[in-house]
Amino acid sequence: MKEDIAVANPEIASNGEPLSVPAADGGLAGKEILRVENLEVEFRFPDSSVTVLAGVNLDVAEGEIVGIVGESGSGKSVTALSIIGLLRPPGIVTGGRIQFCGQNLLELGADEMQAIRGERISMIFQNPRASLNPVFTVGKVLREVLLLHGGLRGGAARMRAAELLADVGLPDPDAVLRRYPHQLSGGMAQRAMIALALASSPQLLLADEPSTALDVTIQYQIIQLLSRLRKDRNLAQIVITHNLGVIAELCDRVAVMYAGAIVEEAPVERLFDETLHPYTKGLLAARARTEGGGELESIPGQVPDMKRRPAGCAFHPRCAFATKICRSESPGLESSSPRHRVACHRWRELI
Amino acid sequence: MIAFVARRLLLLIPVLLGVTVVTFTLTRIIPGNPIDLMVSPLADAETRARIAENAGLNDPLWEQYARYIWGVANGDFGDSFVTSQPVLDDLTSRFMPTFELTLFAMLLAIILAVPLGIASAVWRGTWIDHVSRLLAVFGVAMPVFWVSLVAIYVFFFLLHWLPAPQGRISVIVAPPDAITGLFVVDSLLTGNWPALRSSFQSILMPACVLAFAAMAPLARMTRSSMIEALESDYTRAARAMGLPERSVVFRHALRNAVLPVITMIAIVYGYLLGGVVLVENVFAWPGLGRYVYNAIASSDYPALQGFILYSTTVYVLLFLFVDILYVLLDPRVRI
Repeated sequence: MKEDIAVANPEIASNGEPLSVPAADGGLAGKEILRVENLEVEFRFPDSSVTVLAGVNLDVAEGEIVGIVGESGSGKSVTALSIIGLLRPPGIVTGGRIQFCGQNLLELGADEMQAIRGERISMIFQNPRASLNPVFTVGKVLREVLLLHGGLRGGAARMRAAELLADVGLPDPDAVLRRYPHQLSGGMAQRAMIALALASSPQLLLADEPSTALDVTIQYQIIQLLSRLRKDRNLAQIVITHNLGVIAELCDRVAVMYAGAIVEEAPVERLFDETLHPYTKGLLAARARTEGGGELESIPGQVPDMKRRPAGCAFHPRCAFATKICRSESPGLESSSPRHRVACHRWRELI
Repeated sequence: MIAFVARRLLLLIPVLLGVTVVTFTLTRIIPGNPIDLMVSPLADAETRARIAENAGLNDPLWEQYARYIWGVANGDFGDSFVTSQPVLDDLTSRFMPTFELTLFAMLLAIILAVPLGIASAVWRGTWIDHVSRLLAVFGVAMPVFWVSLVAIYVFFFLLHWLPAPQGRISVIVAPPDAITGLFVVDSLLTGNWPALRSSFQSILMPACVLAFAAMAPLARMTRSSMIEALESDYTRAARAMGLPERSVVFRHALRNAVLPVITMIAIVYGYLLGGVVLVENVFAWPGLGRYVYNAIASSDYPALQGFILYSTTVYVLLFLFVDILYVLLDPRVRI
């Protein structure tokens, strides 16, 4: 699959100068379409404000699937919502850049951003049945989206709608078009959501826990579908999950988030084989034990309360290797190898 | 659907039976003697006893009740002690004026309250939200009869914009030919401009007063259900699809938010039927409100019982109508 990305390189509709990302094997991956630089987000309340993202850096190449893992509250969803411009108060972006095909999305007006949403960047969510409007049929919403993005109406829209549903693996698309969300199973609803997200052939799909709320077998089917969409459409994706199995199955690269920052980022195999950050090690250990039987190992302590963010490295209160510098200075992301970055003062000693 | 409506209408029978038991018992428990109304104060004890005997007031209660129910089943609600007319005729002739007044008030309230509720949900925490909250507090806190008096004082006495309380139409203007029984509508249909002008002027003040009271709960309900819809997963997903804000608010959110508002409209309409009693008295409106006010004041049992039966029926039918609307508007509700 890695080769696919390196080879897949059709004409790109990028209007900026495309940056190239060196692949792990020294080859060239697809052109970069998204680069998040130092993204900072706060939740502002009348009497206080809380830093939710403390400088997130992330890039996605064309046709690449990047996973974001981390515990609840680590800022995964906030990152995605900021990218697609759907962060709502009290959340406010306070700094950084989101470069998408050469444009900084944070500088766009509401109308320009709306023109990009659904058209070039789409998003699917954790609870697919609640994400579909309960009083409209699948077909009705799909036709509205097709009219908006492609100007399709009447018979052409109906045909395209059925085509899209067939494309995401829904049997009998004509019947599904007439159904209401409550008449769909969770898996069908998520497929319908994906069809809606794909209606205008976006370049980037943000998937926020796309399979978490589904049965295990259905989870696997959705993951397969996302994987096929990348192959068929060269669709870049950011997949948010706390399921490392999903990451291993689907993603090319993975970013581990902790307390509003990325603490480690690497190609999937490399992250699993050569884990550097103590937090990532903890995550992997917690998983390994569930597979091997025996007692479940967990990371001691709790995700820090964002209102009382620890000084220095946010992970230090839970870290077995923390020293004096960890308590006072926040580590930056350093490259341990060309495609492996880690934010830890002691990664060299701990290998 | 037909089976559903039929089942609900059948359910009306036990409900109404229950209501008759309660009203019948209550009207016999509360103080006040109807004989005093039926005979002259100078009548001697013998005459009074004879009349009570003829009216069946000496029979056992259950016999009186059975006789009453039998009559009701046959469309006979008894005769009013005060007007000496069959209660059913009295109610029928007073129904349309009340219906016209409450209909106008309700429409006015909906037209004002729903957009206000939407605006205060979309622009939460802004001045429009505060104004709407303030209006709601006043609407709930100020009794309608007092608002009626203030309105008369301001718009008739001080400003001379609207006529004094004069019923449905000025005495010097002939009522329009009856088509629907609603004066404003009838005069519009027959092109009777003097009648239209007079009846519109007459209904404006009482309708506004009632609408003011009805607006508060409607605006608050619209606001809260609209906020819930705007913060739902499906509006977030609709935004993620790039749908314009106009479509997100008025198509996707409002279409869901309107459901609880419909229930609220029915509840508020029931409440208006109570409030109208006071407003009709202040504005000399010849409707059910004034009729029932007089019935209460003079222990007119048959009239009271008839009115309560009638308003119960209206209430039940109203909610049946709401349930039918739900079936049509919410695909999750199936019968």
